[in-house]
Amino acid sequence: MGMTIAEKILARAAGTGSVAPGEIVVVKVDTAVVIDIGFYPGIWRWPARVWDPDRIVVVHDHVVPAKDVQSAEALQAGRRFVARYGVSRFHDVGATQGISHQVAADEAYALPGTVLVCVDSHTCSGGALNCCARGIGPAELIYVLCTGETWFRVAPTICYEFQGRLRSWVTAKDAFLWIAARFGSHANQNLEFGGEALTTLGLDARRTLSTMAAEVSAEFAVWEPDDLLLDHVRARTDRPFFPTSPDPDARYLDVRRIDLDAIEPRVALPDSVAGNTVAVRELTETVKVDQCFVGSCANGTLDDLATVAAIVGGKQVAAGVRFIVTPGSQRIYREAAKRGIIATLIEAGCLVTPSACGACAGLDLGVLGPGEVCLTASTRNFKGRMGSPEAKIYIGSTATVAASALTGRITDPRGIEASR
Amino acid sequence: MTLAGRVWKFGDHVNTDLIMPMRAISLPRHERPRWAFSANRPGWASEVLPGDILVAGENFGTGSSRPAAEVLKDLGIACVLAETLNGLFFRNCVNYALPALEVRGIVDAVAEGEELEVAFEKGAIRNRTRKTELRAEPWPAMLLDVLTAGGLVALLEKKGLLLAE
Repeated sequence: MGMTIAEKILARAAGTGSVAPGEIVVVKVDTAVVIDIGFYPGIWRWPARVWDPDRIVVVHDHVVPAKDVQSAEALQAGRRFVARYGVSRFHDVGATQGISHQVAADEAYALPGTVLVCVDSHTCSGGALNCCARGIGPAELIYVLCTGETWFRVAPTICYEFQGRLRSWVTAKDAFLWIAARFGSHANQNLEFGGEALTTLGLDARRTLSTMAAEVSAEFAVWEPDDLLLDHVRARTDRPFFPTSPDPDARYLDVRRIDLDAIEPRVALPDSVAGNTVAVRELTETVKVDQCFVGSCANGTLDDLATVAAIVGGKQVAAGVRFIVTPGSQRIYREAAKRGIIATLIEAGCLVTPSACGACAGLDLGVLGPGEVCLTASTRNFKGRMGSPEAKIYIGSTATVAASALTGRITDPRGIEASR
Repeated sequence: MTLAGRVWKFGDHVNTDLIMPMRAISLPRHERPRWAFSANRPGWASEVLPGDILVAGENFGTGSSRPAAEVLKDLGIACVLAETLNGLFFRNCVNYALPALEVRGIVDAVAEGEELEVAFEKGAIRNRTRKTELRAEPWPAMLLDVLTAGGLVALLEKKGLLLAE
């Protein structure tokens, strides 16, 4: 029987010829990513030894630079872990630091045809690299560090086939928000993305969709491989990888064709994403915002920063609005600085922070107060996610966030004259 | 293992940030449970008695990889019964040894405050108040072994794979 991409990758990792939905399989993990949150006192336990330091990556991203004593202790533990076990792929505060999923994509740590785990729910981001990547809990990560193994219950797969092309100022985020509106929760389902429009979507766009899959409760969210991806990977690694396409007779729970031409800017309304998004124009610029945010593992890329610059360049953020921009990695920050993007943002009144999870996780760098309204291009809008439970969080594309920062109201970016 | 307790009911798509707000993560383990559902049901955590059972709708525990299952276990919740459980939350239930089952029809079959009896390994649920019964698919042996060991950390300790705290 034919298998989907996720099924083929899991079958390989399990060392079996095939797997089928419903089965529980024990798999060998190819890559384990440890982040600073995992090192918190009361969460972290020290392995007596690790299964393979060469398959471990450590990234400090949630609490950098340290915001309090507990986070400083977590970062210290991370540094001790790296030294003790000889982990060479370490991204501490400094030039190579970034949000773990951004780093895993940019450095090609997430490899086609392999299994990657990390103690963060947006790890499904790595699906853009044709990788079975997913979040696991802290105890499970420690188990993986000790043994190199874990288990998965094979979920049935929904296939999304993209056709057409996104229109100006419409992004992959809008396509995701449309899927979330039309199809709602994807709990206990794998997602597979591909179709003839694959080549029109860059790796960053694909990663936005894979990352956001967590918000519709999906398991793995894997893209078909193409030359763009494989060239990216080959240029960055000499490790083995296994580009994996679905079998022609793969069995899907459903196949859904998405016409990108028909997508328009959308936002998620507060508290959830699945089944809770509307077209921006439906809000008719009636929703006032206190804070705008661009950043996170979903939308902190160079493309995102360039989009913000194109919209706010030569203009000013509206009075009473805070526009916080957090690059996905320090490498992106550097590149944006070289291109003049950062200067454009600062001149327009944006606050550009160092790379971190920051405001998206409600940790620091832009926490919301009671009654405040935030429009964010980040990942998640659960009640209380970015600070006070009395704050309201809308999610939109980077273009929608930037356009709204200029008007102080949630605004369709197609109506803003771009200063390219 | 037979569990019996009083029921607390929650809705669909209850997320991890409600169960365990981010502020609880940096606290010592024993201080985390009192923040459970503080945003949407203030005061609830202090009313829970050891052995109580949490009943919910679809996709319970969606969201973060944070150890929200451990918070419910530490609070004294003996078992979670939901129409469906979020995949990542279910992993944490196994790994932090919190019994949890997917039970079709559970939302309509029990009201808050009623008494349930759960024969966990068999997946048999009995509403003592209404004298009705429901079935759930039991856990496979491999996952039950983790539960019996007291979770993954206890299992690793037993195998000598962790340094002493």
